[in-house]
Formats: sequence, structure tokens, C-alpha cells
Amino acid sequence: MEYLIGIQMKHDYDKMFKLSEKILLLCVGEAGDTVQFAEYIQKNVQLYKMRNGYELSPAAAANFTRKNLADYLRSRTPYHVNLLLAGYDEADGPGLYYMDYLSALAKAPFAAHGYGAFLTLSILDRYYRPDLTREEAVDLLKKCLEELNKRFILNLPSFTVRLIDKDGIHDMEKLPIGPK
Amino acid sequence: MAARYDRAITVFSPDGHLFQVEYAQEAVKKGSTAVGIRGKDIVVLGVEKKSVAKLQEERTVRKICALDEHVCMAFAGLTADARIVINRARVECQSHRLTVEDPVTVEYITRYIFTNRLKYTHNGRRPFGISALIVGFDYDGTPRLYQTDPSGTYHAWKANAIGRSAKTVREFLEKNYTDEAIASDNDAIKLAIKALLEVVQSGGKNIELAVIRRNQPLKSKEIETLVAEIEKEKEEEAEKKKQKKSS
Repeated sequence: MEYLIGIQMKHDYDKMFKLSEKILLLCVGEAGDTVQFAEYIQKNVQLYKMRNGYELSPAAAANFTRKNLADYLRSRTPYHVNLLLAGYDEADGPGLYYMDYLSALAKAPFAAHGYGAFLTLSILDRYYRPDLTREEAVDLLKKCLEELNKRFILNLPSFTVRLIDKDGIHDMEKLPIGPK
Repeated sequence: MAARYDRAITVFSPDGHLFQVEYAQEAVKKGSTAVGIRGKDIVVLGVEKKSVAKLQEERTVRKICALDEHVCMAFAGLTADARIVINRARVECQSHRLTVEDPVTVEYITRYIFTNRLKYTHNGRRPFGISALIVGFDYDGTPRLYQTDPSGTYHAWKANAIGRSAKTVREFLEKNYTDEAIASDNDAIKLAIKALLEVVQSGGKNIELAVIRRNQPLKSKEIETLVAEIEKEKEEEAEKKKQKKSS
């Protein structure tokens, strides 16, 4: 699926980092670690583009990120961050990569981090199909957010939604899943 | 005299020369010509392409390199030295963005390259054998052109040339760089091509051009059509002169 779920308690805090024209990194976890690590990865991906004249593929960027996370994990200063990396590759199409703070990496059709994952993964399990169209994918996202609205203890007034396709990254209008 | 004072960079000659630096400048004079022009809304870099061997892939010989999305440079001199400088500069551009959240100004990156290279002239290692033309736009929109040389100094220019026959090209630019000459983007590009055509023998095929426009990344320019235009203009002028003479 070509989208990411970003759930936040501060509703103007953007957790998505643009690594390149067609790759987004969603970074959550320890305050400070998230921005530090994500910006470091972001600038290194840009450096690759400057040095080589073309951008890293999403798979390469995901593995690079994982390697960095793994190296820091085994040092005195591990980063406590959970990541979702989404990107569009010319050859392989859209791809979503799930990474956690122990530097596990898995390519997945859908993914979620945090307490919200307990609620949304079952929805995704039930309704996901590999051949979803764009509208169906957005509807599935809306279903997940409705579920959170119903059962999740925290009030989550707004969500930032971004879509990645062959033309790059698109901002979708903020989904108005508010308290009913 | 030179024989005793030019072995090491750390030795001055009695008349105040650092011979190694001057020899490095000689190395630059052997490199292929590069010209840079600062227009109003555009900066242009043109280089003379050395003719490649028949079996060689032309794409791998690039003399104009992007340092960041808004800065690029052309060099003359030892290609291997240039590659080290370019790599350090690229890393510094991203590092600056990481720590300061702003893209580098052209002056900053030029100064960084120059202080980097100054370390080499002071610590007893050999100086870099390149001169560089660094062009770009600062984030307030001002176009900039800087030139660095092996001694480690840098200056801002409106238009400049480095490498083989740099003197000829610079004289041409001094005569022809006026505010009208660079009034439009195309005029600035044509001026760069005309300047290079002074010293490049075989015409358009051996010129590589790159332009940066404000807020747009580096583009390599198609010059065949522009060169044809310039040749036509030259012919027309020659015709006019002939007619004046005969009448």
C-alpha cells in the first residue's frame, strides 16, 4: 500500500521526513532521537544523490537505515526509534518497510507502530487485498482511523496523510476524524 | 636558485616565493579551459571537453559537478585532486544542512574548500593542483561566482576563466561583459559560448555547458542550436563589415 499512518498527540508535529523525491521516512519513539536519527539518514540519502547523480532506491535506503540503526544499537548511544519507510521504485513499484528499535527490517504490505497498532493491524488483516486501488486504500485507512476513534483511549483530533506514487509524494487533505 | 627551494612546500625562496604553489599553478594552466559567467538570474559554466579516445565512453569524463542543488563547480588541473575536493565539498554541503537547517551560501562553501586546502599548503603536504570556478545562488536569490586557486585564495568575480588560454578568454570577457551582454539568460549563455569559441578549435562539439537558474537545479545545456546561432550572427556581422567597406 502506498500510504503511511501518522498518529500524533501534538497535532501540528510532522513526523514524516522526506528522504528523496519518492521516499518518506516516518520516525517515532524517544523524543530527540527521532529527529536526530531521521535527519541524519535524510542528509546521507541526499549526499548519495549528489555523489552519484541518482537517488537511492527505497530498498537500498531501508537497508542503509537499518544498518545505521544496528550499528548504533551496539554502541553506547542506541537510538530508540521505530520507523516506517515508504517509497516508489521505478522497477519494483511501491514498497513499505517496517523497522523497529532493535533494527529489525521487514518489507510488509501494511504496517503500524505504537499502541494504535494493536487496534489497526486487525482491521488491516481483515480488509487488505494486494490489488487495492488508490480510493480503496484511502478508505481502508479511514476504517483504521474510525476504529481508533472508537476504541483508543487517547483523543486524536487530526491525522496527516501522504500518498506516494510514480509521480512522487502528495499531501492529502487532513482527515477529519475527530471526537464525535 | 629554484632548484634548492622548490623541493618542499614548507620552504620559502630568498625572494619570497613558494615554488611548489607556483608549480601547482602551472599544472592548472595545462588543464582544459573553463569559463564562468554571472548573469542576473542565471549563472553559466562552460568547459572545453578534451577529445576522448574513440573507444572511451564519453559520459564518464565530467568536468562540471554539482555540489548541492543550488551550487556547482568546474575545475581546471589535476582531475584526481579535483575529485577529493568535490567529495569533501559535497559532504560539507549536507553537513551544513544538517546542523544549520539551511543550504550553504556559495561563499561559505568556497571558503570551506579554501581553508581545507590551506591546511595542505601549511602542513608540508603538496598543494592541490586545481583551480575551481564555483557558481550558484544564495538562498536570498543572489547569483555568485567565485574562483579559487592552488595558493588557497578565493575571490568573487562577475566572469572569469581558468585553465589553458585563460588569459585570452579573460581578455575577451573584459571587453564583452557588459550589463546589456548579460541582460537575458540566453545572452549570458551565448557570451559563455562565444568566450570559449575563442580558444576551442573544433566548435560546439567540444564544449560542455551547464546553467543554474534561481530556484532550479543544475541543467546541462543543449548547445548545438546556440552555437549555430552564434555562427550565423558572426557571419552576418562579417557581411555587414564587408558591405561597409565596399560602399
